[in-house]
Amino acid sequence: MSTPHVLLGLLASGTKHGYELKRAHDQRLPQARPLAFGQVYATLGRLLRDGLVTPAGQDRLAGPDRMAYALTEQGRATLDQWLGTVEPPIPYVNSTLFAKVVVALLVADTDRARGYLIAQRRAHTERLRELTALKTAPSATVADIVGADYAITHLDADLRWLQTTLERVADWHREVHS
Amino acid sequence: MTQLHARGLVKSYGPTPALRGLTLDIAEGEIVAVTGPSGCGKSTLLHCLAGILRPDAGEVTWRGHRIDTWSEAARSRLRRTEFGVLFQFGHLVAELTGAENVALPLLLAGTGRRAARTAALNWLDRLGVAELADVRPGEMSGGQQQRCAIARALVTEPRVLFADEPTGALDTVTGEQLLTHLVRLAGEQRTAVVLVTHEPRIAAYADREIVMRDGVIDHTGLGLDAPLAGGLR
Repeated sequence: MSTPHVLLGLLASGTKHGYELKRAHDQRLPQARPLAFGQVYATLGRLLRDGLVTPAGQDRLAGPDRMAYALTEQGRATLDQWLGTVEPPIPYVNSTLFAKVVVALLVADTDRARGYLIAQRRAHTERLRELTALKTAPSATVADIVGADYAITHLDADLRWLQTTLERVADWHREVHS
Repeated sequence: MTQLHARGLVKSYGPTPALRGLTLDIAEGEIVAVTGPSGCGKSTLLHCLAGILRPDAGEVTWRGHRIDTWSEAARSRLRRTEFGVLFQFGHLVAELTGAENVALPLLLAGTGRRAARTAALNWLDRLGVAELADVRPGEMSGGQQQRCAIARALVTEPRVLFADEPTGALDTVTGEQLLTHLVRLAGEQRTAVVLVTHEPRIAAYADREIVMRDGVIDHTGLGLDAPLAGGLR
């Protein structure tokens, strides 16, 4: 995820302090890892250096850290460009899941690879169930549902791959060692 | 507490075995997903549990009563009262309206016409499709038909609902909305659900998942007996 662009997006509606940005980030992207304050200020420092944001006053009463930031014209243009750029479809073949099965077949045997696939499938299934409970809770917001859907869809794809690979692991092992 | 119990179920279609000695318990109010590849015997298991098919061997007991030896009429009566069945395509009666379709199981069970209609309207409302009361299936979308079918399956407040790929013909969002309703309503009245699906994300709605393979439960499918054996070379 591109934290700088997300922060630019959060500033598009008006000036914000660092702590407000952190709060808005965690609220809007509840499935993402909560943003650390250090990361917020480090990112703001880089955006400031690059001329994408500008200081917009300081809340004296609240102390020196309460600097507010505003988007510059250049920042708005950068945000606009980012929103208009299609992300390269990531084929996910660099996934650790994939690498682990390859290595298991190289250094061990089909049982080891199959054992890993089965254990991984169980972990994925449990996470899928947790996310499903989250999105079907009566208190779930649309943001919760959409965020959970994103994770569920990827886990679902992984699960299908784990299943089909389980079926193919013996053939794959023969090929690796032929 | 176990309500529905299957032991050593065997069922073949001609020379082709579909179930090969399967044993399974379903507790009250439990939602169990039955998954596995095509042809693994999922639907046959569901049909045997629901009393639609008779197993060639093994037994099915419902609250301590062995039901697989019952007559077709007795098993059919069970399906009208304590069991509900839901298929991939709603199988609504084309000539009847939404409310008439939902009221049908109650009428067959001897409920008066007025009370049956009131219950049907209530269930359509609970599924968020009160407006379909006077609409015939031909004028409904797939998702609407399936909501009517769920209302019809739950109107008798069955103790077990058997659902065979209930979202299979629907798009993802519609299917998931439907399942959310189904799971919530079943939970409210402690109806157990046996949910046959081949989709992991649908199985994730269940309390428990059973993976089948070649007519038996594949315990390694849940990683229970997963051999993490096999040392490095």
